[in-house]
Amino acid sequence: QCPVVHGKEAVWATTRNLMKSCWLLGYLGLARREMAENEALSRRQKVLTIDTMNANIKKVEYAVRGPIVQRAVQIEKELKEGVKKPFNEVIKANIGDAHAMGQRPVTFFRQVLALCSYPELLDDDKFPEDTKYRAQRILKACGGSSIGAYTASQGIECVRQDVSRYIERRDGGVPCDPDNIYLTTGASDGIVTMLKLLTAGEGRTRTGVMIPIPQYPLYSAAIAELGAVQLNYYLDEDKCWGLDISELQRSLQAASKHCNPRVLCIINPGNPTGQVQSRERIEDVIRFAAKERLFLMADEVYQDNVYAEGCKFYSFKKVLYEMGPEYFNTVELASFHSTSKCYMGECGMRGGYMEVINMDSEVKAQLTKLVSVRLCPPVPGQALMALVTNSPQPGEPSHAQFLKERTATLGDLAQKAKLTEEILNTVPGIRCNPVQGAMYSFPQITLPERAIREAKEKGQAPDMFYCMKLLEETGICLVPGSGFGQKEGTYHFRMTILPPADKLKILLSKVKEFHQRFTKCYS
Amino acid sequence: MVESALSNIYIYIYIYIYIYIYIYKIWVSSVGRRRVFSNPPPTHEMTENSVVHRGKVLTLGTMNPSVKRVEYAVRGPIVQRAVQLEQELKQGIQKPFTEVIKANIGDCHAMGQQPITFFRQVLALCCYPDLLEDNRFPEDTKTRARRILQACGGGSLGSYSASQGIEIVRQDVARYIEKRDGGIPCNPDNIYLTTGASDGITTMLKLLVSGEGSSRTGVMISIPQYPLYSAALAELSAVQISYYLDEENCWSLAVGELQHALEAARQYCRPRVLCIINPGNPTGQVQSRQCIEDVIKFAAEQNLFLMADEVYQDNVYADGCRFHSFKKVLFEMGSKYSDQVELVSFHSTSKCYMGECGFRAGYMEVVNMDPEVKVQLTKLVSVRLCPPVPGQVLLDLVVNPPLPEEPSYRTFFEERSATLAMLAEKARMTQQILNEVPGITCNPVQGAMYTFPRIQLPPKAIAQEKGQAPDMFYCMKLLEETGICLVPGSGFGQRDGTYHFRMTILPPTDKLKIVLAKIKEFHQSFTEQYS
Repeated sequence: QCPVVHGKEAVWATTRNLMKSCWLLGYLGLARREMAENEALSRRQKVLTIDTMNANIKKVEYAVRGPIVQRAVQIEKELKEGVKKPFNEVIKANIGDAHAMGQRPVTFFRQVLALCSYPELLDDDKFPEDTKYRAQRILKACGGSSIGAYTASQGIECVRQDVSRYIERRDGGVPCDPDNIYLTTGASDGIVTMLKLLTAGEGRTRTGVMIPIPQYPLYSAAIAELGAVQLNYYLDEDKCWGLDISELQRSLQAASKHCNPRVLCIINPGNPTGQVQSRERIEDVIRFAAKERLFLMADEVYQDNVYAEGCKFYSFKKVLYEMGPEYFNTVELASFHSTSKCYMGECGMRGGYMEVINMDSEVKAQLTKLVSVRLCPPVPGQALMALVTNSPQPGEPSHAQFLKERTATLGDLAQKAKLTEEILNTVPGIRCNPVQGAMYSFPQITLPERAIREAKEKGQAPDMFYCMKLLEETGICLVPGSGFGQKEGTYHFRMTILPPADKLKILLSKVKEFHQRFTKCYS
Repeated sequence: MVESALSNIYIYIYIYIYIYIYIYKIWVSSVGRRRVFSNPPPTHEMTENSVVHRGKVLTLGTMNPSVKRVEYAVRGPIVQRAVQLEQELKQGIQKPFTEVIKANIGDCHAMGQQPITFFRQVLALCCYPDLLEDNRFPEDTKTRARRILQACGGGSLGSYSASQGIEIVRQDVARYIEKRDGGIPCNPDNIYLTTGASDGITTMLKLLVSGEGSSRTGVMISIPQYPLYSAALAELSAVQISYYLDEENCWSLAVGELQHALEAARQYCRPRVLCIINPGNPTGQVQSRQCIEDVIKFAAEQNLFLMADEVYQDNVYADGCRFHSFKKVLFEMGSKYSDQVELVSFHSTSKCYMGECGFRAGYMEVVNMDPEVKVQLTKLVSVRLCPPVPGQVLLDLVVNPPLPEEPSYRTFFEERSATLAMLAEKARMTQQILNEVPGITCNPVQGAMYTFPRIQLPPKAIAQEKGQAPDMFYCMKLLEETGICLVPGSGFGQRDGTYHFRMTILPPTDKLKIVLAKIKEFHQSFTEQYS
């Protein structure tokens, strides 16, 4: 029964009841929302899955740090934990990592870097005067005299000037404008940036990029990531990995039907193939690029690594210049260099530069804008680049030691290049071109039919199967040829020549032994 | 009415002509190409001739169109002009000022901040290990250097490291995060070292962007924003979804605004990512714990991947403000959220009390990332081999600084405290002085390194612009008259009809005072001139 109430009391009661129902409704609403939330959460799938991620990234492959290297790292850990193996150390001959293989850094470089890092050392007598002079010069060019400040995005101006003078010296006086120099985070960064700039169009107008096969897999990785079209041209293994213009022509012609070929990449000295191109061949390539309207990208990071007699490094820039103004004023070229290779081997510093020639001035403004987004290349790497391109001169206190260290390193490499080729060629079933330059041997290996079959059953490339077995049995880490590309039906591996000579000998004899065992086992 | 109808007709005619020209171009180029391949190969002489008339392969018309859309105001035209002015001053050209002051970028050392001695000592030892014999270096710097060198191939900084970063550095980072977040566990396998935070942010966005047309990935970013985000999105052709921060409420973030932006965006793209910058750049706000919780709930409900840019985590100045990491809040919200919400958080050596921008170092932590995707991420970063090793070393020192009982502790502690206290003072001073100027209103700089005041521009100044944003016009004039280099608000994004600039609080106190006084003077004379 409803009690009769009057006046204020009635109003209060109604209000109370209303409030109660509001509470109830609110509570129900809240509960419902929470339930819905819980439900939504439990139904929630990951935002980022293998199916919803960037499809281009999935296509990226980079064998130099691929599954075989991951397994090598695992084995190293197992060894540390005391797991028994048929070897007691893993030898990583998969990557051109000179210092990791025991090469000593150049003293002069490291002294200047230490001074730049901690300028209080400038009053220390231990450091030669020229190291101090260099450090002061670099520091003066840095904001607040600290290598902790951002630099211009294109790189510190005085470093770019050093680089351009270095190029002029190298190329016998061919002029070089510091405004055409862009410092980079290793050569890889420069190459990716240039390819990014060059990639355009859709479908049949999509940019095609010609790369050598075998190639350094940075190229295929960058092309996949950018969704550009990879155009293979094959190097001629029978002619010491020579480059044949008719092969370029064939590759271009085949590609023109499905994309717009605009870029030609050359690696000289070759990686992984170690060939050094002749002057004539470079001329032919330039002529080809001019005729077919291709943008040239010359990867010249191994320019000091030339060992074979009769071989010499010619820069694309120099040859281009010497071909006369009708080429020098028109052919677009970007050339790349780095502190990671040559006698320096300072990979960890991620220093490098690129020089752009005949680049459209509007595009250059776009390039400068693009690199400004990542602010600047690492300054220690820039400082190192300054030292590499402006090394101690005769008469300076550090000159003698610098020269001694550089000569020793390059002499050592030349000897190891020869040793590698010689020993590998004594193995039946392994055939190896001379290592004219760079830091790798890329021998062809003959694999027994049964091994190929077994590999294919496992879904593995036959040379991956081979390299994996080699790693498990000997602790030697190589990269299978399939990671670089090779002619169908041929198999290779890439091996660096960097381990110290005595270790290299052991390594080569182990490879020899393994190959014989492997061949026997699968024959 | 008639006029607008007429102008519409003009637009249509224009579009038709454009399409016609475009079709014609395609026709010509396809005919040209066919001709190349149906003819016999040209003779050598012909080649020489064609070389002479050769157009460039790479032009503005043929380059990557996404790169063309990239804009990055922090190093844009105004900074280029500043560099020019500096050179002119050097050449002895008379200007109404004697030096250019670059308050455009958070570049601490360039503004006179001293590097931390401990960091630089260890770096010197690592670069040139012969110094390990030297008595001038404290023992703890040597222990650190030896430990790091041991983790490098061949005991050299010159070796490549693992692509994800040196393992012991990642372990140190993980321990640092655990300590920061009051014990919430952190797995070193979730840490990726990067080439500055920018590299990490770009890499993550790259991984996240997919789809075409209306299924293209949409990325929510705050407005005003740090233009790295808009630049990366333009380069990746992702869809930028702007959500506006509330200037009236100290640039705070309202979930209603997120909701609103998200719903609008669903019409034309697939929103999948929500980016938050805390403490804010360029806006300097520090988010409350409650706000972070709301954002996480929102991301969970709407199925968004969270990207938390936390590079200013030590730069918190205002009373009552505290930095709360997204990771910590996420885990305190319980497993319902912490088992699900995908989060990546970024940090760097460039800001806070370190200011070591030139080393390009940083890390990101990924939480709840799909294991298959993680494999893809590791593969992707392996292509660039490794982050610069000196930066990795530096990061290790930042996350593993001297302990109270170690010889370097005192100096380290003093240097760090002095730098942070100085920044706090400058933050307060900047806000105070700018707010005294009629026509400039400025929120408190709760954190980070910038103030982003709103400026009232007279209508005549706004009309003055010729293809220039009004605040760009203002900043350009300021630069030419006073030598002070700021970045106009239009480079960061702002509500229509409002104008701002971003200014760092980094110049030394006495210089900062002069800068602020000069801006005050300039603003008054500018207002007078255009009223």
